Amino acid sequence: MCPNVRLRMIKFQPLLRQYWPTVALFAFLLASWQLAVSAGGIREYLLPSPLAVWNALWHGDTAWTQHIWVTTLEIIGAFFLAAGVGVALGVAIAWSPLIANALVPFLVFVNTLPKVAIAPLFLIWMGYGIFPNMLMGALIGFFPVVINTAVGLSQVEADMLDLGRVFNAPKWKIFAKIRIPNALPYILSALKITATAAVVGAIVGEFVASQKGLGYVIVTTQSSMNTSVAFAALIWISVVGLVLYGLVVLAAQLWAPWAEGID
Amino acid sequence: MIVVNKELIGLDRVGMTYEAASGPVEALAGISLSVGAGEFVSLVGPSGCGKSTLLRIVAGLRPAAVGTVTVAGRAVREPIPDIGMVFQAPILLKWRSILQNVLLPAELAGQDAGALQGRAQQLLDMAGLSGFGDKLPRELSGGMQQRAALCRALLLDPPLLLMDEPFGALDAMTRDDMALELLRIWGERDLAREARKTVLFVTHSIPEAIFLSDRVVIMSPRPGRIAADLKVDLPRPRTVELRASETFGRLSLEIFRALTGRSGAGTSA
Repeated sequence: MCPNVRLRMIKFQPLLRQYWPTVALFAFLLASWQLAVSAGGIREYLLPSPLAVWNALWHGDTAWTQHIWVTTLEIIGAFFLAAGVGVALGVAIAWSPLIANALVPFLVFVNTLPKVAIAPLFLIWMGYGIFPNMLMGALIGFFPVVINTAVGLSQVEADMLDLGRVFNAPKWKIFAKIRIPNALPYILSALKITATAAVVGAIVGEFVASQKGLGYVIVTTQSSMNTSVAFAALIWISVVGLVLYGLVVLAAQLWAPWAEGID
Repeated sequence: MIVVNKELIGLDRVGMTYEAASGPVEALAGISLSVGAGEFVSLVGPSGCGKSTLLRIVAGLRPAAVGTVTVAGRAVREPIPDIGMVFQAPILLKWRSILQNVLLPAELAGQDAGALQGRAQQLLDMAGLSGFGDKLPRELSGGMQQRAALCRALLLDPPLLLMDEPFGALDAMTRDDMALELLRIWGERDLAREARKTVLFVTHSIPEAIFLSDRVVIMSPRPGRIAADLKVDLPRPRTVELRASETFGRLSLEIFRALTGRSGAGTSA
């Protein structure tokens, strides 16, 4: 028992030393918040107490599982849609100058559009459902993937390409063996941005048109003044977002361990 | 099969011009050079004299503006497969193991990489990289990476080796070691002259050029022309002691003079 305890101490002490300020600040803010609400007489519908939010997270009338599931599905769908379309467009741009000249100005134009403003159009075109919200997330998140894929594919040493030319390697082989692995760290770095953007897109989509999902929950609390539920939904959104972001970071370390510190 | 002194590389009045923002720039002019099979020839010249360009013209990677280039009797108009190239940077693929990097030419050339695994391992052993085949490039020192790059260049057993300042990025000590290593791998001790590879070696270093080569070709500043072509009369296998010999010193001075365009006694800078 004694060695076990020691082992834990050794593991936790550096962590504790590094993160105690974070924990302390967090605890202080929570305590001030609770105090402000309970002693300061702030009304519950303006700012619910941390305890009320905690209760709303686990109890209450909201069917959290269902809403979390829908939003997660939308985010994952948006992420893979953005990743797939983004990588495909990036490869196309790097493959042929003709395609690049045709696509890039158009993509830049699409990127300058405030995507949120398109959401009502999606409602007209596609109605309610998971798919339009996925599409919104993908639309917000795909652009960095296109750019980073195209850049990563072109960031190959000229000498390396000469090596390929010496052996008369066909273009697809240069892409498969040299350019695409070379672009992988760039792509994975863009996907971290996409993971965050997909969350934004899904929630925005739900704001505009939905009957399920965490964004929908937040909108409904507006009319019911059920602020603690809105806070709880925010927390669930950030939990889902963090988990997905973490998975992307993990995938990056798994698939491109040679590319530390590229971003 | 190969007759001694049979010409492997032939350059006839090769010139190269490229377009710059300020107009056309003449990089090379009137380069005529013949390199025999099994010969080790160094190209020495100031920065920007077109040495590297010349190497790429021989490889068929850049077209010559004027003149003709032949390798093994065939005119070079596009990249030719029977060469191995080593550059200043090792340019190993960082996601591949050293062994997989050495096997890359086979994959690029559409050959069976699996069948060449034994040869790749043999090359690594010869280059002193036994046991490093599974490592990633970043786990090796600069000198070891460059040795791996040499193994990669030798994988398909090309008759011609083109080396573009391969030791230029290494520290002085490693550099001298690598020169000896290169001669050993080249087969200076155990191969007959005609069985050795022909090497065209670009360098900035006069001592390195003399130590390695049968001939040193000195190029003038832009447009690059051949300023001198000196035979290195030193016995093979080369030893470190030769660096202190009278011939070595005389050649150094001759090359220095040809490079700087100075003649006579007043050579001290």
